[in-house]
Amino acid sequence: HFGHRSGMLSLSRTHVSYEVKDDVAVVRMNDPNSKVNTISIQMQNEMTEVMNELWANDAVKSAVLISSKPGCFIAGADINMIQACSSAEEVTKLSQEGQKMFELVEKSPKPIVAAINGSCLGGGLEFAIACQYRIATKSKKTVLGTPEVMLGLLPGAGGTQRLPKMVGLPNAFDMMLTGRNIRADKAKKMGLVHHLVDPLGPGLKSPEQRTMDYLEEVAIQFAKGIVDKKIPLQKDKGMMQKIQDYVMSFEFVRNQIYKTVHGKVMKQSKGLYPAPLKIIECVKTGVEQGPTAGYLAESQNFGQLAMTAESSALIGLYHGQVACKKNRFGSPAKEVKTLAILGAGLMGAGIAQVTVDKGVRTILKDTTVQGLARGEEQVYKGLNDKTKKKSITSFERDSILSNLCGQLDYKGFEKVDMVIEAVFEDIKIKHAVLKEVEAVVSPHCIFASNTSALPIKDIAAASKRPDKVIGMHYFSPVDKMQLLEIITTDQTSKDTTASAVAVGLKQGKVIIVVGDGPGFYTTRCLAPVLVEAVRVLQEGADPKKLDSLTTSFGFPVGAATLVDEVGIDVAVHVAEDLGKAFGSRFGGGNVDVLKTMVELGFKGRKSGKGWYVYEPGRKIKEVNPEIGEILENYRMKANPAVSSDSDVQYRLISRFVNEAVLCLQEGILNGPLEGDIGAVFGLGFPPCLGGPFRFLDSFGADKLVAKMQQFEAVYGNQFSPCQLLLDHAKDSSKKFHK
Amino acid sequence: MLFGGGLVVKVSGLTLARPGVKNIVLVEGVRTPFLLSGTTYANLMPHDLARAALQGLLNKTSLPKDAVDYIIYGIVIQEVKTSNVAREAALGAGFSDKIPAHTVTMACISSNQAMTSAVGLIAAGQCDAVVAGGAEFMSDVPIRHSRKMRKTMLALNRAKTLGQKLSLIGSIRMSHLSPELPAVAEFSTAETMGHSADRLAAAFGVSRLEQDEFALRSHTLAKKAQDDGLLEDVITFKVPGRDIVSKDNGIRPSSMEQMAKLKPAFVKPHGTVTAANSSFLTDGASAVLIMSEEKALAMGYKPKAYLRDFVYVSQDPKDQLLLGPTYSTPKVLERAGLSMSDIDVFEFHEAFAGQIMANLKAMDSDWFGQTYMGRKAKVGTPPMDKFNLWGGSLSLGHPFGATGCRLVTTVAHRLKKEGGQYGLVAACAAGGQGHAMVIEAYPQ
Repeated sequence: HFGHRSGMLSLSRTHVSYEVKDDVAVVRMNDPNSKVNTISIQMQNEMTEVMNELWANDAVKSAVLISSKPGCFIAGADINMIQACSSAEEVTKLSQEGQKMFELVEKSPKPIVAAINGSCLGGGLEFAIACQYRIATKSKKTVLGTPEVMLGLLPGAGGTQRLPKMVGLPNAFDMMLTGRNIRADKAKKMGLVHHLVDPLGPGLKSPEQRTMDYLEEVAIQFAKGIVDKKIPLQKDKGMMQKIQDYVMSFEFVRNQIYKTVHGKVMKQSKGLYPAPLKIIECVKTGVEQGPTAGYLAESQNFGQLAMTAESSALIGLYHGQVACKKNRFGSPAKEVKTLAILGAGLMGAGIAQVTVDKGVRTILKDTTVQGLARGEEQVYKGLNDKTKKKSITSFERDSILSNLCGQLDYKGFEKVDMVIEAVFEDIKIKHAVLKEVEAVVSPHCIFASNTSALPIKDIAAASKRPDKVIGMHYFSPVDKMQLLEIITTDQTSKDTTASAVAVGLKQGKVIIVVGDGPGFYTTRCLAPVLVEAVRVLQEGADPKKLDSLTTSFGFPVGAATLVDEVGIDVAVHVAEDLGKAFGSRFGGGNVDVLKTMVELGFKGRKSGKGWYVYEPGRKIKEVNPEIGEILENYRMKANPAVSSDSDVQYRLISRFVNEAVLCLQEGILNGPLEGDIGAVFGLGFPPCLGGPFRFLDSFGADKLVAKMQQFEAVYGNQFSPCQLLLDHAKDSSKKFHK
Repeated sequence: MLFGGGLVVKVSGLTLARPGVKNIVLVEGVRTPFLLSGTTYANLMPHDLARAALQGLLNKTSLPKDAVDYIIYGIVIQEVKTSNVAREAALGAGFSDKIPAHTVTMACISSNQAMTSAVGLIAAGQCDAVVAGGAEFMSDVPIRHSRKMRKTMLALNRAKTLGQKLSLIGSIRMSHLSPELPAVAEFSTAETMGHSADRLAAAFGVSRLEQDEFALRSHTLAKKAQDDGLLEDVITFKVPGRDIVSKDNGIRPSSMEQMAKLKPAFVKPHGTVTAANSSFLTDGASAVLIMSEEKALAMGYKPKAYLRDFVYVSQDPKDQLLLGPTYSTPKVLERAGLSMSDIDVFEFHEAFAGQIMANLKAMDSDWFGQTYMGRKAKVGTPPMDKFNLWGGSLSLGHPFGATGCRLVTTVAHRLKKEGGQYGLVAACAAGGQGHAMVIEAYPQ
């Protein structure tokens, strides 16, 4: 029912096209070389060209901006475009070009309606908010946000200037400082979009395509309505909004907000991340000194941030994460449709929780009714929390839960495609369940062990089909921690690996695949840090001091708190097992400290006491008062030559990094990229450093080796740098990341 | 058209009678006038309407009050005091208290379910004569206290001491007092049916104009049928405390201009479903007498039609909520060994004009047939000159539980009037379900 007049399609344009329907120009974006649209130089040039044509065309009264890709409006600016720049000035120039283009869009004499379906992020959002009107679909794929901060950058195309005006200072800060994705309904409430459109089901076309067409039809109606003045661009402000605006008109109120936000950022980032602070600065400059100063601050800070080590570390992690979401082992011969989990403890139930909601039938088996009930409740609670947050409906929750089958026996295991055991970390128990499982499952079934330290080949020794045995090391809490470490032995078949990776990807995990050995990769890096941390405590630092030293280095969780989370008893196991396997290199603090704690029942958070005291409802953590005496009994004398705050930090970090490099040297790791991802997403290695390997590249292997040698002189071989690290120290042109 | 005098053999020779399968017949069908809710029936209860329909059936058929074996009623919104509304209505209508009765519910196809349950009982040899029907009463719906309040009140029942009682009463907060209203919304998706209908119409590209045109057609045809006295299933009903009603009161042929003025009722402001192109909340009840052919003839009745094959279908309650007819029509035709062109009379339940148009477009689409129904080609659409010629739910009204019997009775009456042989009933229902039934004219 629209007069289809053929648009002036320029043959040379590949990313942006338009057609005129009645008097509305429908501008379509479609990057032919990618699944997503990004703001690249090509896209930008073509868009400018198209806009100029529209403004010059008298037959056009308004425009609709829409993507031809159903799942993506614009996913952001092209990162490669920024990375290709070699100076801050170059990046600043990019930013200024973006600013200019969006300024023209903002001042367009013909109203432009952004019709959003799918991701509208970063530069895409900045484009959308420069338009006069925004319509979004209520699809779950539709998300709006400014994730630049997660790449160590800021919204550099007017975002820091427009967002505060559009959604108010508090919301704007929240969006830009967290980088969180905002769903369409929330965006509407915030005033980020004007109108919502429901996604459609099947009709005469596929739901995706028809929804896009419908969005376009509605957007055209609105564009006409805006031209006819039937649809107001400004909504009447509600009472709350008026009050908020009034309050915000006072400078001291705004200053209070800047101060509060600044304080929060400093507290959370320990000042290790420059981007959030720059975002606050840009917003403040724009609001207090006007747009000219604001836009200038934005472009200059954007340029500076792009050149920081933090930004390259974070961008490196982003690329790594994308790479670790692919299955380099190909697709498995048989899809896992039924998964069984042995042990309904914290880990087992956690694995069940991330499996059932992907539509995989999941058997959760335990040996006791109490254990099973607790595990099933954990799965229910996890899903119910999502219901409370309205990310799923109660009906979806129930239908997801119907995929879960809790049981105490091996009934139905003949139909299971993969078993993941999460039973107690004892090789005898592991062997027992492996044999029980192999007696009941069909020959194609894979047996995966969620062990954190036992070598997989030792577990596989009891198997009739070791090619089907693999390690799948999840991290606690499973529904929050993104990493999955998959461990293969020499005997593990490629198809078994492919299948394990496929299951992990389905569960939404970022996956590293590593070789077998005591502690594999992650636990092996963690163990020396743990014993070093115990030594630091024995040398007189209290847990709070230890935590503050580690968090101020960039670890999200302090070392003492981390041990409490992992469990003191688990830490004992890990330290002893790996100590046996690797000998004196894994020495340091006295494991008896931890053993004594376990004997006294201080097993960490789960037991209510560890280094700290945990009580429900208590916000402020207090050091366990009974720890002092234990530490006193095992007191070690600190050597002042290696005991400054900085020394302690580097003692912890260098043992981590050295072990990581050794894992690469020994072939446990496939490459530095997976090493960085595993360290950051599994162990909380400081993201601003980008992982142990990127840290070495930027910090300098020689500098770290020098520090290690200083520690080695005092503590011995625990600090001996491995050969690969020495190689890098000798030749500064050697880098782990190109 | 000429038919032979034989009991089951027709001149044309074509019949769906099968060896070894009992012939089941519709002896009679009646309904109370369908009224806009909140009008003349406002002070009744659901079983009063059902009772009126049952009494109307008794009057019309002169059926002895102990001559049926079973009574089944369909209803959607249940009055908690009469949860087995079939039993309460049967007793109140003067049926023998020795006749068991049960109530079924299947959203807008509840009375279809009542009828097919009756067919099942007869086919299985359990019964020879069954009364089926349906009722809906939207003038009064159960509005509940909030869950919190109910919990407090139930605890209050159990409280023993004055102190306990006072402390419970003291715990009542303002939020306890907000009531829970029933909504015509899917439990599984929380989407109201009108909203879903609007999305369905949009998915199939049904325009506002098409919907208004179809709604106007429904009202115009209904008005004509009413004026011509074709709606002979409607009984007169002396409403206690009010007047005698004998006509449906929702039939209001309007003009396209007037209809175009209405704003969308669900999807605002760009939606297409309005109050004028949707069925309205209706009070009403229906009843049919179903028997085995032998029994009917033995009792001296002249049956109206054979009830032949029927199917139930179900699909995605989110995006295909109201596509029941599209799925059920080809399925029931296939069962009966008929094709679309064999059908002389179509009666489809009109929940929304947009829903009917969407179904017609789905049935006319090869892509939809292939992609979603696993067919080689499209279903094909019923010709409009055979389709809902005496109006439909949009104009006559749609008491959820009662519509099914109206559709079947109308098919029987239209077959007789128009001289056709086969009729088809199809309907959609909440929950993403659907139904279709083939009805064969009884030889004259």
